[in-house]
Amino acid sequence: MTDITIDRFPDSKTGESYLDEGHSLASWLTTTDHKRIAILYALSITAFFFIGGFAIGLVRLELLEPHGLFLTDEEYNRLFTMHGIIMVWFFLVPSIPTTFGNFLLPMMIGAKDVAFPRLNLMSWYLFVIGATFTIIMIVAGGVDTGWTFYTPLSTLYANGNVIAAAAGVFVTGFSSIATGINFIATTHMLRAPGMTWTRLPLFVWSIYAVSVVMILATPVLAMSLLLVVVERWFGVPIFNPNNGGDPLLFQHLFWFYSHPAVYIMILPAMGVISEVFACFARRKVFGYTAMIYSLMGIAVIGFMVWGHHMFVAGQSPYANLVFSFLSFVVAVPSAIKVFNWVATLYGGQIVFKAPMLYAMGFLGLFTVGGLTGLFLASVPIDIHVTDTYFVIAHFHFIMVGGSVSAFFAALHFWWPKITGRLYPDYWARFGAITMFLGFNATFLPQFVMGYEGMPRRYHVYPEQFQVYHVISTSGTVLLAVAYILPLFYLGWSLFYGDRAGRNPWHAAGLEWEAASPPPKDNFERTPTVTGGPYSYGEDAEPRAHTA
Amino acid sequence: MNPFMFVSDVSHQAVVVDRLFFVLTGISIVVVGLVTALVVIFGIRYRKDSPAPRPRLPRMLKNEVEAGWISATAFLFFFIFWWAAASELSALNAPKNTLDIHIVAKQWMWHAQQPNGIREINEIHAPINVPVRLVMTSQDVIHSMFLPALRIKQDVLPGRYTYLWFNAQKAGIYHLLCAEFCGTEHSRMTGRIVLMTQPEYARWTETEAPTQGLAAQGEKLFRTLGCSGCHGPNASVHAPDLNRVYGHPVHLSDGRVVTADEAYLRDSILQPRRDIVAGFQPLMPSFRGVVSEEDLVRLIAYLKSLSTKNVLNQQGERQ
Repeated sequence: MTDITIDRFPDSKTGESYLDEGHSLASWLTTTDHKRIAILYALSITAFFFIGGFAIGLVRLELLEPHGLFLTDEEYNRLFTMHGIIMVWFFLVPSIPTTFGNFLLPMMIGAKDVAFPRLNLMSWYLFVIGATFTIIMIVAGGVDTGWTFYTPLSTLYANGNVIAAAAGVFVTGFSSIATGINFIATTHMLRAPGMTWTRLPLFVWSIYAVSVVMILATPVLAMSLLLVVVERWFGVPIFNPNNGGDPLLFQHLFWFYSHPAVYIMILPAMGVISEVFACFARRKVFGYTAMIYSLMGIAVIGFMVWGHHMFVAGQSPYANLVFSFLSFVVAVPSAIKVFNWVATLYGGQIVFKAPMLYAMGFLGLFTVGGLTGLFLASVPIDIHVTDTYFVIAHFHFIMVGGSVSAFFAALHFWWPKITGRLYPDYWARFGAITMFLGFNATFLPQFVMGYEGMPRRYHVYPEQFQVYHVISTSGTVLLAVAYILPLFYLGWSLFYGDRAGRNPWHAAGLEWEAASPPPKDNFERTPTVTGGPYSYGEDAEPRAHTA
Repeated sequence: MNPFMFVSDVSHQAVVVDRLFFVLTGISIVVVGLVTALVVIFGIRYRKDSPAPRPRLPRMLKNEVEAGWISATAFLFFFIFWWAAASELSALNAPKNTLDIHIVAKQWMWHAQQPNGIREINEIHAPINVPVRLVMTSQDVIHSMFLPALRIKQDVLPGRYTYLWFNAQKAGIYHLLCAEFCGTEHSRMTGRIVLMTQPEYARWTETEAPTQGLAAQGEKLFRTLGCSGCHGPNASVHAPDLNRVYGHPVHLSDGRVVTADEAYLRDSILQPRRDIVAGFQPLMPSFRGVVSEEDLVRLIAYLKSLSTKNVLNQQGERQ
């Protein structure tokens, strides 16, 4: 172990930014530097984010009229399926872990790189292979199963490219697993001297928790998709009831992955928010230990609640009550986190910079998403609103209001570290507020129409719901502005932004001790850690010395 | 059609669900209000360089604050669970003597069969103030019967029966929607449920009635498919007697005792070797692929008529 962390300086290149380690395409495609791999991931998932966003933009336009505007039923179904598959597996699941996790995890624990740098590169290539299948699937005409691939629709009746879609998700799953293994090993093995488990920043804890979930849950997804392919391609009866199969088996397998997957998407966001709140309130995160226990609690209990997706699917009503109870249990740690973030503000010196505004947006939207989760955990309400727009609104509050807001908070918080440049804060704050307003305009009406009985995945719909769809689509326009805007001001900052310096936010955390952008091996010397994270304000104490 | 459906008084269950929903909404508004108020107050009071004092919380107090809100949250959540679960338990089991309407779903239509044999497409007529049960199956993919005005929904699966029951108290015409994505024309798999007073329903069943009730049609099938050859009164083959089977316990050869419901009868026709009745040889061939879902409904209706004393069903039969 120690032989990894001893001070071994790269001879000539010390101090040179990782961005200058080579400018050729080949130098990027063969890099094993965790920071460069993070950039590769960031570019790939950004492309997918806009493809997925474009798909749903068309869907929202189409829904302006109850009888549709310009799409056929088939096109409509393929577009929302494409949106779901891309956003879940090619944006949200990899989003924060593979970009900020990759870039920051080694830096936050004072390491030069992840434990297995070549595995890290391989996981990006697996992602690219999976992405290629998905692009082929889209170019070949898409798939019409919904992102959930429910059987026997997907295995026997769907007329889209189910196998290509499943193959894409299947391969990408291995990328998740490889990343998870890498992060767990890194956290265990490569912590700098003095960086004990209770001195780890909460972001590291969240990445650790999510890695555990990734390696335990993703294989189940791979198995269930493999079974879909086996039945569709070879006709082996697994889910087909006419040959003794069980269509519900697929849903159990699928949600056994896909519910923990929700936590794969939200846990890293929670880590980001803890870092941002502490920095801009200049306070230690309130209840650090409780935050760790709640992260790990969510990760563990999250495996036992999948049945709440199936209250009307035909499982035993008594099983419904058990899953309902466990779903209430898993909500407790999330509530603790919300209260602790609020309490972190108490007695702070709060600065409302752009990352903080995105994080505060997260707090509000995540709270609403979490509370509406209680509605869905209650069996009688869920029976009415499941498979309606109420559910759509709920999980978009968690995944977009929560995870995507946190992704933007992270992007704005660590942008100076990653690029070495400052962006115009005014425009970034404008973007954060636009995003918050646009999000609410898009999704709040969906709660209302969902409760009124508007089913999801409907191309044509009863006219009474039109007014809500029109409001929702107008909100989407704001949301699109908020998503596209950073392309401009962040792009501008790359060339014209002021130099950021090591620590423009005066933030605690080892990553801020390194140069911006950091050199290949992150630190001039391996830091020695002498105190806990979040030494802000009156809690400030010399934490680490790199000299 | 009522465009304003936030509150429904179409059934007792709908009222229960609405009450739960609005109390939860109230709690949510309070919590969101609290979080927002705290963020705004702290944001203003503790903005950078504001004059407000910033006392350190003593460590003891910190722990108490934390333990306080953890237990308050847990208590609140468990209370909501208990309340929701209790209202669900009371709605779990349909009463005896329901009026049974059979539903067969297929891409992309709903097919209903009334007890007296009336067939409907994308429409269900049902009386109010009578417990009505939908006995549902699908011919192809998974669908979901969604009756928003009644606040109920149940997936409809191929290869088995699922059930949905309600006791409506207000007549009217309401949406009937498919809620589970089922392929190209999923959003067109919609219709209406027509809830009528009992005299209206009786009149409707009389004017629409086909020449034969469902059970009578089933009885005919029972003979043409050859079931009566073994199960009939004069059969030479040793086969279980089907009189008074439905709704009664059946002893199986492996020692289990099951109640003969629609699902059991269906399985016994399609997979006769699965549940062998104690004391009988597994002689019966499978009728899978021979008998359609709709004919199964007729056969089962006939078997039920051999043993049920369902007043309403028999009213329906008597045309």
